[in-house]
Amino acid sequence: MTKNGTRITPEGRPDRGSDFKTSTSLRHGLDRVFVALVFAATLVGLVVLAALLVDVVRDGLPWLSWSFITDFPSSTPTSAGIYPALLGSLWLLGLTALFSVPLGIGAAVYLEEYAADNWLTRLIEVNISNLAGVPSIIYGLLGLGIFVNLLGPITGGPSILSGALTLSLLILPVIIIATREAFRAIPDTVREGGYALGATRWEVIRSHLLPMAIPGALTGTILALSRAIGETAPLIVVGAATYLTFAPDSPLSQYSALPIQIYYWVSQPQEEFKVGLAAAGTVVLIALLILTNSFAIWLRNRYQRRS
Amino acid sequence: MEMERTREERGVSEAENKPGIRKKTPEMSSVAGEPSALGMKIENLSAFYGSFKAVTDVSMDILINKVTAIIGPSGCGKSTFIRCLNRMHEAIPSARTEGCVMLEDQDIYAKEVDPVSIRRRIGMVFQKPNPFSKSIYENVAWGARINGYRGDMDELVERSLRRAALWDEVKDKLKKSGLDLSGGQQQRLCIARTLAVEPDVILMDEPASALDPVSTQKIEDTMADLKQRYTVVIVTHNMQQAARISDYTGFFYIEDMGDPGRLWEFDGTEKMFSNPNRKETEDYVTGRFG
Repeated sequence: MTKNGTRITPEGRPDRGSDFKTSTSLRHGLDRVFVALVFAATLVGLVVLAALLVDVVRDGLPWLSWSFITDFPSSTPTSAGIYPALLGSLWLLGLTALFSVPLGIGAAVYLEEYAADNWLTRLIEVNISNLAGVPSIIYGLLGLGIFVNLLGPITGGPSILSGALTLSLLILPVIIIATREAFRAIPDTVREGGYALGATRWEVIRSHLLPMAIPGALTGTILALSRAIGETAPLIVVGAATYLTFAPDSPLSQYSALPIQIYYWVSQPQEEFKVGLAAAGTVVLIALLILTNSFAIWLRNRYQRRS
Repeated sequence: MEMERTREERGVSEAENKPGIRKKTPEMSSVAGEPSALGMKIENLSAFYGSFKAVTDVSMDILINKVTAIIGPSGCGKSTFIRCLNRMHEAIPSARTEGCVMLEDQDIYAKEVDPVSIRRRIGMVFQKPNPFSKSIYENVAWGARINGYRGDMDELVERSLRRAALWDEVKDKLKKSGLDLSGGQQQRLCIARTLAVEPDVILMDEPASALDPVSTQKIEDTMADLKQRYTVVIVTHNMQQAARISDYTGFFYIEDMGDPGRLWEFDGTEKMFSNPNRKETEDYVTGRFG
């Protein structure tokens, strides 16, 4: 009821229009403002990233050449190259994936499909979540103590193997968590269908659950390995070299890595190192990241298409 | 409320009385791939979720080569009960059972019995069709393969699909994904894969409740063929369906909320639907509640 009583339209129906505000332009206006705000929020991230890339490419492109990639570091900027660092990063990437992926997926399968829901399992889960947030330099110290010193005779001290093992520990929690989520997303009806045919748990996991979980698990693994490529602090602690005159040729040899080389150059006084070569190294690192991510996305899409 | 009744009371004739005479021997099942059926005997079965008792003190005979229907209002433990018959119930954490379920002369809950092998002999079709995300051929073949089938797989797949009344519709597209089929076809695919492992008993938990009437009809038609070779237990919400296809019917009921479900009455289907002994049964089958 309005304060003037109910009005009647020309057709004789009660006119309730006056109970509601007819103008919606303010509401639409607010709606548009909100859309603009969230769009701006998206843009901020993208613009900053683009600016960074443009800056780095602009500074580094003059220094980027085939000899840059195949040369060894040197005190003369024009003959300095990134070869041992690039190789070291590739070695680290391969070995880290080799250790962390099977361990991570295996642990996730155990926790998700086999472990009973008791206090011990919950304790393990809480610990893994915490470990995912531990600063990487702590892992570096852990790696120094265990892999470089304690297991020195086996790992060869400050070798690629120690570095890879340290990085594996670092990214293991992330892989476990991502894989567990992938398994959790599979509805129980799939498991029931398998068990009802007289299959063991492993048969159901192997034939049905793993193929369905691989896309999600791979995504988490991609992210984790990308983080590993860019890690600097833990590698410095476990003894990656900043100036290497030979290329690593075995898991037990000394090594360098792209982020470390970039860090070393940035801390040089000369402009050529600090700006030019460091930027060129960054471009190579970004290219490696894009390659790794693209490969994993391709793998994930391939599995998704099949299932 | 004791369920003590003589066979005469239950209206079962003497001839049908004998639970499966045939004992399933290893030689039998490998000869010509002909499945054999067995009967089951349930004694004082109770099922729990943690400390909550969902089903209490059920005793009944599942006769060989017959279709036994389990009916009753929602929430009275029918699905829980049927899952106890192939030890799927205990797959749920903190779930357990008490009592005895005999497959022929063997207590399936005995300590030395492997639940995995029981689930092969007592197969299950679920309410919502859940084919694997694999090809139609692989859906049917997988169960047989992991159970060590050494015969001609193509022949087994065709035979199972035929018995599930699905062969004609899919024979040209066996490589297509099982998920590409319609709901009714998916359910028949699930029936086919259950048949492929040559069970003794087939349990069906409301197999047609998620399907359209045409698919439901096809599944019911299949049932009549299935019981010639297998023993079938079907939980159904659809009373007319129970009356149409079953030989025996068990009525589950709960008196008050929070009570465990119990077997209120069990008899030949004709008697259950025309002249049941107990009032609640009559009320339910005539639709006075449900």
